[in-house]
Amino acid sequence: MKGKKVIPPVLEIQHLSVEFMPDKKTHLRAVEDVSFDLHEGELLGLVGESGCGKTTMMLSILRLLPGAGRITSGRVLYRGKDLLDLTEPQMSVYRWKEIAIIFQGAMNALNPVRTVRDQIAEAITCHELKTTKEKLTRRVDDLLELVGIPAARGSQYPFQFSGGMRQRVMIAMALACSPSVVIADEPTTALDVMIQAQILELLQDLSRKLGLAVILVTHDLGVVAEICDHVLVMYGGVTAEYADVDTIYNHPMHPYTIDLIRAFPNLENPLDSLISIPGYPPRLDALPRGCRFSPRCPKAFNRCHAEQPPVYSLDGVHSASCFLVEGKHA
Amino acid sequence: METFIPPTGAKAVYLKLRGNWMAWAGILMLLTVILMAVFAPVIAPFDPYAPVKVTIDDIYQPPSAQHWLGTDDAGRDVFSNFVYGARVSLIVGFFASFISVVIGGVIGISSGFFGGKVELILMRFTDIMLVIPDLPLAVVLVALTSPSLGNIIFVIGILGWTSTARLVRSQTLSVKERKFVLRAKAIGSGNTHIIRRHIFPLVLPLMVANSVLVISLAILEESTLSFLGLGDPTMISWGQMLNFAFTRGGVSSGAWWALLAPGLGIVWVVLGLTFLGHGLEQVFNPQLEAHHLAVGNNMVVRESKGAGNEG
Repeated sequence: MKGKKVIPPVLEIQHLSVEFMPDKKTHLRAVEDVSFDLHEGELLGLVGESGCGKTTMMLSILRLLPGAGRITSGRVLYRGKDLLDLTEPQMSVYRWKEIAIIFQGAMNALNPVRTVRDQIAEAITCHELKTTKEKLTRRVDDLLELVGIPAARGSQYPFQFSGGMRQRVMIAMALACSPSVVIADEPTTALDVMIQAQILELLQDLSRKLGLAVILVTHDLGVVAEICDHVLVMYGGVTAEYADVDTIYNHPMHPYTIDLIRAFPNLENPLDSLISIPGYPPRLDALPRGCRFSPRCPKAFNRCHAEQPPVYSLDGVHSASCFLVEGKHA
Repeated sequence: METFIPPTGAKAVYLKLRGNWMAWAGILMLLTVILMAVFAPVIAPFDPYAPVKVTIDDIYQPPSAQHWLGTDDAGRDVFSNFVYGARVSLIVGFFASFISVVIGGVIGISSGFFGGKVELILMRFTDIMLVIPDLPLAVVLVALTSPSLGNIIFVIGILGWTSTARLVRSQTLSVKERKFVLRAKAIGSGNTHIIRRHIFPLVLPLMVANSVLVISLAILEESTLSFLGLGDPTMISWGQMLNFAFTRGGVSSGAWWALLAPGLGIVWVVLGLTFLGHGLEQVFNPQLEAHHLAVGNNMVVRESKGAGNEG
């Protein structure tokens, strides 16, 4: 345990809060006080329903929030350096070279009128201005082969690729500058199960081989259980629970985590225990008073409706934001 | 297995254009005029710029074996004038529209991409230019400067960019929001790079289609200016031929031949350009395009020959 803490994490997110301000009076708190660490070679699963701030948080790590969004507090430390202090040109040096992102929906993330090779090369030339043409070609070929695409197909256009291949192109592109951190934002959405498995296996493989730290944003708890080391469960923009994958699955503390796990089919406890969580995630313009999960929480009591629980840290990295764990925290 | 690579570039454009009769009609119509303009000295039986000796009988002669389309108010051959007039129309059309499309493209892309104050200023300026009637302003500008060919091109060029700017801006706005632009930003590329490599290539096809329509407007405008007597007096253009026929008694003396050829010429070119413009728009505008697996599309045709594969 102690030996692990000596190695500093690659990426530290500390108390990150993001707001959207569509106009001057409205403040929509999309992400509030989220913290996590990411070590080399670690796969972090980020789960939660749609609209709970996962993508927003990932974009804010790279400072790519759309116009109305801004980071109101917190720090994003990359190897000890706060990315939020950098100027825009300094930030572009970190983008992709250090932290790359695989976007949700690979078709849209590729320019339809340029060849795949051209677009992967773009990522390289953006950071290494001096590469020769031959080197560049060889590098792109290697990257394509790495993700299992014949190098000859690099000269084709994105529409000539299937969904899974496009996703693999995006992964190849993400690896182009050998970053330390790859953010994979729902890399398997809209892919069939076989391709999903291929893509995830590829990610896991690369993470092990290259020592990549990967943040995997997903809805799919099954995927998380299979390949991730740590899990961050988000709900309505706040941390519900953060722990290693065993703890999340075997000793979940937050009622939301418990319900989420029970809402997924599982080979050991077959279908009869499957539940669905009634209701919807909160709207940002109408957040409930108190705990954001309280309106849907089966175990909510008076206090839950009155105040927002802080993030209690339990043993090790395990932490949860629920009054039920209050007595148990270290 | 051999990897199937569908055609790209010029071949892909040809395949897309193949079934588009509008584009082909436009190309054909335009090609006749371009050939006529290029080979004017070969085609025209007389040189319209050469001095001629005229008697009163030579004026407004009806079509005959010697003068296929009759003669004009100065006893010159209308057919030769018509052939040479195509040159001015095309030169003015191409160069003026080039100026327009460049100005419109720059203003449209920068206002669409940068947004905010840049957009506010540029688009209000565009609105102002849009509400000022082009023709009176062009008349004033040409009258103030001298009516030479260069000046006419310049004036038409700097007045005709508004529609292009609006079109390009709206396309830029939609392209800007697409994921690959965000991805390009995430890669760490700057604004210039994003505009050059990601925005411009997707705006260009619409600009090309639009520029064809702008050419036709420029040709019309040149004809109008010439008809109003503001054309370059040293050059024969279709507008000028109409002007002479109109003001020098061609209409009142029933010389229909002096009006017919230049009038039809203008209609022919403008119609051809409009056909071509709409045809190109159908090819280039992705919103009007059929699915890539639709019958008749090049992918389906090629795949059925058994070359397709999926790695």
